[in-house]
Amino acid sequence: MAKLKVDGKEIEVPDHFTLLQACEEAGAEVPRFCFHERLSVAGNCRMCLVEVKGGPPKPAASCAMGVRDLRPGPNGEPPEVFTTTPMVKKAREGVMEFLLINHPLDCPICDQGGECDLQDQAMAYGVDSSRYRENKRAVEDKYIGPLVKTIMTRCIHCTRCVRFTTEVAGISELGLIGRGEDAEITTYLEQAMTSELQGNVVDLCPVGALTSKPFAFTARPWELTKTESIDVMDAVGSAIRVDTRGREVMRILPRVNEEINEEWISDKTRYIWDGLKTQRLDRPYVRKDGRLRPATWAEAFGAIRAAVAGKAADRIGAIAGDLASVEEIYALRELMAALGSKNVDCRQDGAALDPALGRASYLFNTTIAGIEDADALLIVGANPRIEATVLNARIRKRWRMDGFPIGVIGEKAELRYGYDYLGAGPDTLSGLIDGSVGFAEVLRKAERPMILVGQGALARPDGLAVLSAAAALAESVGAVTAEWNGFSVLHTAAARVGGLDLGFVPGEGGKTAAEMLTGTDVLFLLGADEMDFSAKTAFTVYIGSHGDNAAHVADVILPGATYTEKSGTWVNTEGRVQQGNRAGFAPGDAREDWAILRALSDVLGHRLPFDSLAQLRARLYAAHPHFAAVDEIAPGEPADLAALAKKGGKMANSGFASPVKDFYLTNPIARASAVMAECSALARNNFKAAAE
Amino acid sequence: MLKDQDRIFTNIYGLKDKSLRGAMARGHWDGTKQLLEKGRDWIVNEVKASGLRGRGGAGFPTGLKWSFMPKESDGRPHYLVVNADESEPGTCKDRDIMRHDPHTLIEGCVVASFAMGAHTAFIYVRGEFIREREALQAAIDECYDAGLLGKNNKLGYDIDIVVHHGAGAYICGEETALLESLEGKKGQPRLKPPFPANMGLYGCPTTVNNVESIAVTPTILRRGAAWYTGFGRQNNHGTKLYSISGHVNRPCTVEEAMSIPFHELIEKHCGGIRGGWDNLLAVIPGGSSVPCVPGAQMKDAIMDYDGLRELGSGLGTAAVIVMDKSTDIVKAIWRLSAFYKHESCGQCTPCREGTGWMMRVMERMVKGNAQKREIDMLFQVSKQIEGHTICALGDAAAWPVQGLIKHFRPEMEKRIDQYTANAMAHGAVLEAAE
Repeated sequence: MAKLKVDGKEIEVPDHFTLLQACEEAGAEVPRFCFHERLSVAGNCRMCLVEVKGGPPKPAASCAMGVRDLRPGPNGEPPEVFTTTPMVKKAREGVMEFLLINHPLDCPICDQGGECDLQDQAMAYGVDSSRYRENKRAVEDKYIGPLVKTIMTRCIHCTRCVRFTTEVAGISELGLIGRGEDAEITTYLEQAMTSELQGNVVDLCPVGALTSKPFAFTARPWELTKTESIDVMDAVGSAIRVDTRGREVMRILPRVNEEINEEWISDKTRYIWDGLKTQRLDRPYVRKDGRLRPATWAEAFGAIRAAVAGKAADRIGAIAGDLASVEEIYALRELMAALGSKNVDCRQDGAALDPALGRASYLFNTTIAGIEDADALLIVGANPRIEATVLNARIRKRWRMDGFPIGVIGEKAELRYGYDYLGAGPDTLSGLIDGSVGFAEVLRKAERPMILVGQGALARPDGLAVLSAAAALAESVGAVTAEWNGFSVLHTAAARVGGLDLGFVPGEGGKTAAEMLTGTDVLFLLGADEMDFSAKTAFTVYIGSHGDNAAHVADVILPGATYTEKSGTWVNTEGRVQQGNRAGFAPGDAREDWAILRALSDVLGHRLPFDSLAQLRARLYAAHPHFAAVDEIAPGEPADLAALAKKGGKMANSGFASPVKDFYLTNPIARASAVMAECSALARNNFKAAAE
Repeated sequence: MLKDQDRIFTNIYGLKDKSLRGAMARGHWDGTKQLLEKGRDWIVNEVKASGLRGRGGAGFPTGLKWSFMPKESDGRPHYLVVNADESEPGTCKDRDIMRHDPHTLIEGCVVASFAMGAHTAFIYVRGEFIREREALQAAIDECYDAGLLGKNNKLGYDIDIVVHHGAGAYICGEETALLESLEGKKGQPRLKPPFPANMGLYGCPTTVNNVESIAVTPTILRRGAAWYTGFGRQNNHGTKLYSISGHVNRPCTVEEAMSIPFHELIEKHCGGIRGGWDNLLAVIPGGSSVPCVPGAQMKDAIMDYDGLRELGSGLGTAAVIVMDKSTDIVKAIWRLSAFYKHESCGQCTPCREGTGWMMRVMERMVKGNAQKREIDMLFQVSKQIEGHTICALGDAAAWPVQGLIKHFRPEMEKRIDQYTANAMAHGAVLEAAE
């Protein structure tokens, strides 16, 4: 700890603190443009200047100076820092004037207006008139992709975007070229950035140089209603803020959650919102004479009642989709139980995960923040970069700290960090267990090794054997101890862990998702769109929000709500229970899914015992208490993994392949989004779009 | 006047044999092994005692700088980096050392590397110096052939010298920008602390010295600190290469004792001011980065660090730019502003934005197309740059303008008056602004 005085107030801060952090600790506000807590220090904006007593007779950049660089006074008194002296004020005003001379006065047409650091700080340190009589600099705009719009004349050269893309996103495509006044931020040949995290540069840009292209000129930040919620695009559960105007979602921004996404979100999370408005199911439909025709709720329910009537319970099935909340899966489970059916499944991809094996067998036990404590990593059958982009950034963060060997079994993909490619499939996994693959030694020597198992390794016929082998490897290298659980399953679906927690898997003699398509007479799909329905024979009821794969083949469509239109609980891959909030209402006749199921249960003669979400939750929490502990993780039992390891089984020879084939098109909302479609086309074309 | 036998650079004009044999005949490479045998501490202390101050402009005591290097290596290698990126307008001393007397520098590298425990020395040569690099490289090759450099050499201390060619950016003469450039990155100054002595080239302890500072050390060690302190005043000891350019009768680079009066320097070596001393307008005594001094004050000035600082200027690199009364002093300073604007790296705000602003205002000042209050504004702008930047380029850009305003304000006001008076004559009123 270091002692120092800030503006006369004595404080004690850790040695590694910078002056800027120390000043904030003391309650003194320090303006800054280039400094960002999660990026390296550039020290180039010179806005955070402070006066250091006894130092050189010039102000010091507080972001770049550590408290340990300060020298105590002649008699050992703590070093003194001032943030309000005339010297500091003059220095900051000078810097502000320099920043403004070449910054265009186009705030009225700038999308950053209202949330612009330069605007805000100009209020504090700017003067009311300009002394600059010369012509302002103009800079040509650059094409850097379909997501980030550039107005480069506004750039103040803080290089946050360059530091973010190189350090966090792991690409070297954005840089500063030229020098002096002519320095410009560009992607060199004006190609689109290839990172799935590029949207974060919009948040990082302190001015309006980089803004959100799809959001351009649509709304002012102060007219938007902000709702804090949870993302469902992947199983990470990033913290987001949904900005709405009226009932329309205008944009999605990240929130800080140190445990999960720090303050980054993936492009899919951020730019999905136009998909919330298109292809929406806004009224019930019933198939008549081979065509889906609009219907009333009563007609739709009538059709379902007629279809269910007289069917044996084991000829009725239900599949929960990847975006469903815990509440609606619970309601569906209760309904199916009331109907007497054991044919329920939440694993559309057929992944070999089973709550009977214990919760530890399907959680990301290490936790996302825990990645930073690991000292070796084996990735089995996953491509975290496209399956869980933000989590991948955490792996990269750990990798950058050094001393983090990473081995990969599966596809040889660009992951944004260096790794040892060990092999394609189960052979290599067996080789690690018997020690014939060299990386086994690395894992064994590590104190806190981590084994990340992806759905690519589990969603296959021999999935259980692979899961067991991975658990056996984890046991043998000491990845599972009393203090450390390095066995981590990476999910790709936001609903999956919640569904498994609810036991939404086939009961004794029940049919799996794939079997239900042909083996049932009536099939309820709760937003399940990720299957091949071509061979489906059952009468299908689709409850969901978008006219996507399942809606096309459904016999009755009941319009549901998307994740921004309902309050719901999701459990992320770590097993962390999180609650999303309703930012707006579903369009037309669409209703929240739990309410649809409640109404349907009444029609089918098995009225579910709750009339409100609160009542539903009360029953849910009574049956599964861990859902009540929001933002908490109920950890899995390490003993379950020991049992799992003993399961064994024969593994096939084929290599592991990631289940996510196209990062931008993984769910019905994304497939309805024009922005995602454009990104997907660009990615398919290897980012070779011409900049007009 | 410095006696010939006291000159360190005996072939600065290239009139003699610059080969290894020639250099040895003039006394270089004499007893280098014995110097090394006296030990690291002895060398550092001797350089400290000699009062040698860095010859690159800042004047930081060289021996003290060397003593900042860790005594024991913590596993990281140590590096000596020689700053031969001599780009300061008016300065042309290092190039003459490299062209004509390269062995002084090479021997200096050996001694200095030994003194700081470095086994590799890099010489970062300015991009435009093609012949200098060739001459230096040829001399180094000679030394390798003669067994003076490399592994298991005759001196008993393994040392490699690598000549690196810059790409022609002035900012790469700033020591940390030079290190960045040497590492293959964009030449932008680093934040300090950490200082290079702790985290320099490739994160290892590094000392960056000017060519002249390094080149003089072997001779200082051979002849003793007492000999060196015999020249110049207290705190300003030694001999120095002065490069005198501009309106003197015979511009030259010459080695002279420190603290020589300006008058004597010009009369003895340059044949006096063009048109006589009454024709002297102003002098920039230390390379483009220091403020100019009016001729009247300059005549009796003592040419050393402290003497020039008393005049509000500095010795800098001792590149004396003499301007007689035919000079358009405002335009001359505008040219320097244009230079700094062009060479600003663009990293930090005050320098990136301020240098361009100053240049544009200066451009109008040259014509007089300005308001008198803008002179004060220009001064304020220069003060807003000075001391607020990462490196010293901001200061260097500000000082010439400040010197101009301090000493030649009447000249600037006169132009503004003239321009205003003639405003009608140019037909300005009739020209419509499209």
